[in-house]
Amino acid sequence: MPEEINLEIFNADPITEDLANQTTEAAPKTYASAVPAGDAALESQADLSAEMKAIGEAYGRALKDGAPAEIQPRLDYAPYRSSVLRHPTKSLHHADPETIELYSPAFGHMDVHALESDLTIAHNGEPLGERIIVSGRVLDGDGRPVAGQLVEIWQANSAGRYIHKRDQHPAPIDPNFTGVGRCITGPDGTYSFTTIKPGAYPWKNHLNAWRPAHIHFSLFGSEFTQRIITQMYFPGDQLFPLDPIYQSIVDQDARDRLVATYNHEQTKPEWAMAYNWDIVLTGSKRTWTENEALGAEGDHE
Amino acid sequence: MNKPTQLAPTPAQTVGPFFGYALPYAKDRELLPPGSPGSIRLQGTVYDGAGHPIPDAILEIWQADADGKVPHHTGSLVRDGYTFTGFGRTAVGNTGTFTFTTVNPGPTEAGAAPFIAVAVFARGLMNRLFTRVYLPEDEAALSRDRLLSSLDPERRRTLIARRDPDGGLSWDIRLQGDGETVFLDFRDAEGPST
Repeated sequence: MPEEINLEIFNADPITEDLANQTTEAAPKTYASAVPAGDAALESQADLSAEMKAIGEAYGRALKDGAPAEIQPRLDYAPYRSSVLRHPTKSLHHADPETIELYSPAFGHMDVHALESDLTIAHNGEPLGERIIVSGRVLDGDGRPVAGQLVEIWQANSAGRYIHKRDQHPAPIDPNFTGVGRCITGPDGTYSFTTIKPGAYPWKNHLNAWRPAHIHFSLFGSEFTQRIITQMYFPGDQLFPLDPIYQSIVDQDARDRLVATYNHEQTKPEWAMAYNWDIVLTGSKRTWTENEALGAEGDHE
Repeated sequence: MNKPTQLAPTPAQTVGPFFGYALPYAKDRELLPPGSPGSIRLQGTVYDGAGHPIPDAILEIWQADADGKVPHHTGSLVRDGYTFTGFGRTAVGNTGTFTFTTVNPGPTEAGAAPFIAVAVFARGLMNRLFTRVYLPEDEAALSRDRLLSSLDPERRRTLIARRDPDGGLSWDIRLQGDGETVFLDFRDAEGPST
């Protein structure tokens, strides 16, 4: 289970305190007063949207001219400003995976307690917000279940606030919600988390930038080459066209793979709405033993 | 049996800045306890394209044990202090630096150049980057290595650690620009995808 968190240090966030000190009068803490003055110089959503549109249209033309579909986000996607100095400028070097890369670290029930998959019970009280169940399967590119592997998630609370010193969003922290969970996939690759629907939150990519509600997922496959961290989104979010992180995947079909579906059959009456999201890792490069193909867990050695 | 259908992979997204309560865990960077026999320090700094340290990257390493065996033990998240699981993770510090306590991996096959597999995640980085850090000593093995042989000397250098006087390894990661680390693409690897 996550360690108990000292919420006081977040309530006394030095960055937030500094902002409060800048206001000479005891002005009510409104959104406007919480925005640093420097933000006025930030680019507008219209600027960013125009940039994203141009990139999308260029991709559409390339597709028509026979270019292959792009199934991963672009590392070099300027509308996501933080990527500008953080993407390699040389193309990734083709390499054949070697011994260690053809295996994955093993995780098991020694590593993860069953209760860690319920993000609503980590504290004494019930967190605020819409209780949801998020479940699905982890598969490799050949459709085989990824059994006995680690899934880690993290997310904002229902008000769109992360427990993190660098989250300056003036939305309330929920003392009953840390927003982190883990589980080990079942023999059929299934995972399931009980949590709270995260809120959208503002960020500083440009003026009035808001991230669509999402849950971060971290996954291991059967090989280190399949390691992936990604984000799951909720269906119908109006922020999708405005968000440079989501739009860094320029292919609509590929983007759609990050969006969960609402499942009324699995929704529990009087309790929680259910969403499904299956995750497909890249194809495996190793020749599998029969035991692995059957989904044996890694605890045996 | 029919050949299984190839499914389109789920795209990646950035790790973002807010993984602090989710991904780090107790002793995440200590594959074995510091100071235990055979332990070494693997240290370095992660830099961006302007040459500035990145304060919010998170790294993972995965490696063979000192005998070159691939570990299959669970227990990386809850370490017992004795079992070598081969996996470690660390968020970099405010100055972009990282430290792992691990062992020198042995060669996984006779004559192979030992290396540690590395995955790099960061805010602003849309997908993880894979790379390798090779031990510097066995020059014959390094010169035979398929990946290293396919690189020009300037780039090859970015994958080979320096040996520190205390026996540890120093190795920096440059995401962009001068001395940009070689990052790997395994997607189109040859061989049967059974």
